[in-house]
Amino acid sequence: MPGANYRRPRDDIHPPLDFPGYRGTSLRHPRQPLVIVPQTISELTGPVYGHASVTDGDRDLTNRGRGEPIGERIIVEGRVIDEDGRPVRDSLVELWQANAAGRYAHRVDRHDAPLDPNFTGAGRAMTDAEGNYRFLTIKPGAYPWLNHSNAWRPAHIHFSLWGPSFLTRLVTQMYFPGDPLLALDPIYNSVPDPRGRERLIANFDLSLTEPERALGYRFDIVLRGRHATPMEARHG
Amino acid sequence: MAELTPFQTVGPFFAICLGESGCARVATEHAIGRRITIDGTVSDGAGAAIPDALVEIWQANAAGRYAHPDDHQAKPLDPNFTGYGRAPTDDEGRFSIETIMPGRVPGPGDSLQAPHLVLGILARGILTRLVTRVYFDGEPSNADDAILALVPADRRATLLARRAGDDAYELDLVLQGHNETVFFDV
Ligand SMILES: [Fe+3]
Repeated sequence: MPGANYRRPRDDIHPPLDFPGYRGTSLRHPRQPLVIVPQTISELTGPVYGHASVTDGDRDLTNRGRGEPIGERIIVEGRVIDEDGRPVRDSLVELWQANAAGRYAHRVDRHDAPLDPNFTGAGRAMTDAEGNYRFLTIKPGAYPWLNHSNAWRPAHIHFSLWGPSFLTRLVTQMYFPGDPLLALDPIYNSVPDPRGRERLIANFDLSLTEPERALGYRFDIVLRGRHATPMEARHG
Repeated sequence: MAELTPFQTVGPFFAICLGESGCARVATEHAIGRRITIDGTVSDGAGAAIPDALVEIWQANAAGRYAHPDDHQAKPLDPNFTGYGRAPTDDEGRFSIETIMPGRVPGPGDSLQAPHLVLGILARGILTRLVTRVYFDGEPSNADDAILALVPADRRATLLARRAGDDAYELDLVLQGHNETVFFDV
């Protein structure tokens, strides 16, 4: 076995698979209990990405078209660490989002809001030796969805990370401070612990702002960490 | 201790299959091993196809070694094989993965695991990633696999890719209900 096992998350960290407020979960959650299994070399390893495939241009979402995308330019910067505060270095961070009008450049998005020919809404970056990443993008708009009557998703940016193993995989969403739609959003509110929900909200950070160019937001991300010393799998 | 960032659904509009980061084709043409194709479906509790799922797999190479710095086994690495792939489902809920048959890797204690892939499913309506494994029907070592042994015997078949030809397999991922796939808490 390579090294120590990963800690299991507390029950109130991640959303439950069955969350009635989010209608999409009703037919897509297993009814049988999850089978608890030990962590083996198959889970303690995971995909490793080469630097070669990610370029500096991939983290600037404002340079994809002939002109600049419409909307408020923002810098999203943060640090990826594990539960013990160790940086997650040389790791792929991917994001995707709606444009400033709340529309995705995606074949199944039928929202009646304008597409922006200069905005694809997708980007990726590698974390550096300290776990830091940085994107330049535009602030996404809120958009309606069909979950319930007059349902609107708060403005958000989707994030995808792998970290060092199959077990550190994380897909999440970053929200913006002070958004009145957060209180009404079942996806955001599916996170049981209110402090967990707060961790999904970026902090406005004037020090990240580029004067006369873009506002700055900080979004730090914490992935699963390992037990301090190698140990037998709890359920092995 | 820093507190974990919670999971959120990938949603229906994901765009995480960019460039050469690997979609569907795990093995390039130069990868060593027996080439196989896994044709799969993803369906929900009403038996309906799920057209907006993303299936991600991770596996060892033909020799039974992972292309990862923490795999210190004295087995050859294959420079043409990363072991990672992801495939979005189409409008009929289908996906297809071209790869090679993985070798056996160490399991709990002194055991060897049967050939398998670890597999994650992301989709709208899935708030936290679903994790399962794919084993291969007819593989004799399945009988000795320590992880399969933890699965109730009457549900093990949901983890087996069915043989559909010499090097072709089929797999039904059922998120809920009759023949529901076994999902793991790892
Ligand atoms: Fe979204």
